Amino acid sequence: MKATLTLAAATCLAGAVSAQEQVLTIYAGDYVASEWGPGPKIEELFEARCDCDLQFSTGDLMPRLLLEGDNTEADVVFGLTTDVTRRARESGLFAPHGQDTSTLTLPVDWSDDVFLPYNYGHTAFVYDTDRVTEPPQSFDELRNAPDDLSIVIQDPRTSISGLALVLWVQAIYGDEAEAVWEDLSDNILTVTKGWSESYGLFTDGEADMALSYTSSPAYHIIAEDDDTVKAAIFPEGHYFMAELTAKVASTDVPELADAFMAFVLSEDFQSMIATGNWSFPAKLPREDWPEGFRQLELPEKVLFYTEDEAAELKDQAIEAWRSALSR
Amino acid sequence: MAQRPLALIAGALVCALTLVPVGAVLWRADGLSAFGPGAWQALRFTLWQAMLSAALSVLLAIPVARALARRRFRGRSLLVTLLGAPFILPVIVAVLGLVSVFGASGLVNRGLDVLGVPGMTIYGAHGVILAHVFFNLPLATRMILQGWLAIPGERFRLAASLGLSSREMFRVIEWPMLVRIGPQAAAVIFVICLSSFAVALTLGGGPRATTVELAIYQALRFDFDLGRAAMLACLQLALALAAGLVALRLSGRAGQGAGLDRVVPRWDAARGPARALDAFAIGLAALFLLTPLALVALNGAPGLPDLGWPVWRAALHSIAVALLSTALCLIWALPLATRRGEVVGLLGIAVSPLVLGTGLFILVRPYVNPVALALPATALVNALVALPFALRILRPEAEAVRTDYGRLAAALGLSPRLWLTRILLPRLRRPLGFAAGLTAALSMGDLGVIALFADPERATLPLQVYRLMGSYRMEAAQGAALLLLALSLALFWLFDRGGRVADA
Repeated sequence: MKATLTLAAATCLAGAVSAQEQVLTIYAGDYVASEWGPGPKIEELFEARCDCDLQFSTGDLMPRLLLEGDNTEADVVFGLTTDVTRRARESGLFAPHGQDTSTLTLPVDWSDDVFLPYNYGHTAFVYDTDRVTEPPQSFDELRNAPDDLSIVIQDPRTSISGLALVLWVQAIYGDEAEAVWEDLSDNILTVTKGWSESYGLFTDGEADMALSYTSSPAYHIIAEDDDTVKAAIFPEGHYFMAELTAKVASTDVPELADAFMAFVLSEDFQSMIATGNWSFPAKLPREDWPEGFRQLELPEKVLFYTEDEAAELKDQAIEAWRSALSR
Repeated sequence: MAQRPLALIAGALVCALTLVPVGAVLWRADGLSAFGPGAWQALRFTLWQAMLSAALSVLLAIPVARALARRRFRGRSLLVTLLGAPFILPVIVAVLGLVSVFGASGLVNRGLDVLGVPGMTIYGAHGVILAHVFFNLPLATRMILQGWLAIPGERFRLAASLGLSSREMFRVIEWPMLVRIGPQAAAVIFVICLSSFAVALTLGGGPRATTVELAIYQALRFDFDLGRAAMLACLQLALALAAGLVALRLSGRAGQGAGLDRVVPRWDAARGPARALDAFAIGLAALFLLTPLALVALNGAPGLPDLGWPVWRAALHSIAVALLSTALCLIWALPLATRRGEVVGLLGIAVSPLVLGTGLFILVRPYVNPVALALPATALVNALVALPFALRILRPEAEAVRTDYGRLAAALGLSPRLWLTRILLPRLRRPLGFAAGLTAALSMGDLGVIALFADPERATLPLQVYRLMGSYRMEAAQGAALLLLALSLALFWLFDRGGRVADA
């Protein structure tokens, strides 16, 4: 109790000291706030150039924003993902970002004037070369893999990467998706609520492969000096996912929010985000990526649904997954 | 009693804090919407697993509690504390612990492999039940153990002097206690398992193991369909209340008769077969419950040195939240420790925590910034969630005290204050200590409502564990999980020990 009060007092005090400078409030996904997440670096870099106080407020991004509506304190949101932007756009809470998207280095065309991507990746199955010596070379090979190759995936109903996975299968196989899930069901060790649980099972050696991202091996190369983790690259293509930021229309510091939009595409930010968030920078040529990222194998073919297509296909793709794996 | 108005206030507060948030979510929704595909399958699975988990946990707990009640051995007190640990672990940590024992590359399968026996898989409906028994067996054991210890030693002495056999003693003395405690313990466990979701999904192996709570999560976080979330929450609530009422009917009302409050040795326990049976029950339970914990500790140790200031700060927040919710919970529980009070208390775990958090957010938001209230709100909700457990622990003995000493107090004309300080509290020392320990530990390990709104500086330790995992820091996350386990156990031990000093 006392500790809480002391803490509350300290927070108030900190608020009073910085009252004269402007505050930019950013609602962000929870992982951003970890000392290992990108939050602390973003705060440091942006405050160095804005003479303002950047404050992250983390938690469930969209539910909170939609609950708050026009009364939100958020000036900027950070950490939305493709595939679920339609609902966000329909809320009418966002203003155009005003940035030139023609110079982005994404593997897909991006002309959205509201949601601005800052990093991206593709869905992929990662494996450990010590444990899986003959990884599947294509999605078809994975589909027909022997039963002893175990994979863990995320639930498309509770996780954004799980949703990307069912859209990935949908994009490759179309109406055949349900049959693909049936074929895979012997290999699917289990399904988890989110990415963390799956990845934990994978690093503990419980499963041979886990659904993750093409950029995941870079973490092991750079942070752990371990090059045995690889993403299996399939010729059928990989599903694209980007993380997005947007300016909230009701912001009381529009100039700061605009400055943040520009900052996100600046070289400072872009050269930090690769290792900050273990993803590919949205506006940085490959030769400028950190070494561990440059050496990664990237998919030749990139699959992606527009937000309308994704919204339309979502229920059907999830249902194919659910009914095939429920048998 | 003089506490009636207090009981009404406490009960009304529970109802207000649980039902009003659900109402708020309904009110904010654009209307009711239909259940999604697979909803009925989810309902069936939810009910099935919750019933089976509750029944198995209670049945298996009986021999363990009986053995612990009639044996004195070195390390017994430590064992009783440690056995409580699974219940307080954050879900993700417990799952990884279980998987390292029962998983595809876990201890059991490696052992089987060495013996040349085909392996087993934990993933499937049986895995869900296994995990739920792992979480709840300790709780059931402690509740039933509490019941055993509350039987006045004089009764066993009398039974022994009448020459009753072990079986007859069970029927006359112990069975009535089990009938009183068992159904209520099962009801509490049933209600906890109703809202299980991450465990069920991960160990259930896929969408076959979908629960109603998962559908609520999907509706709130993904589809932002408040109407569907609120409807599902009401469905869950109805099931939980039905379970509470059934349990209330099943468990009779009985005081044990007043004794001298001493632990008296059992003459029937000295025989060989009884001794072997008890050793087997205790040994098996300890092996089942402690091996996954040992592996959590083992996996966490390398990560400990990496823990930075944010983890320690989160630990301090968690301790503050735990202490605050313990105080709140006990103040709340004392007047509610009655038959009706216990059913009302069930509301605390009957309402989906996701819906509760969202509802509180909607309610508080027009007046204060919810982020500023993140930690106090977490403490309050944790107290609410711990209330049914505290009541389950306190009620049987509070009732016995009322039955046994009520007339005496009335004859003496004791004031409510004297009744409380001279009679009720001293008699309730042991269950109070246990309830406080459980509340503190539960609150430490609970993610609570903080996941919806927190700022980076105000995380609790479980939230920090998830954040570390989300940033690939699996080793640091396991280190933080070990810290969490140690702190929870320490708090639990401190309170519980405080309550048990009397029979040391």
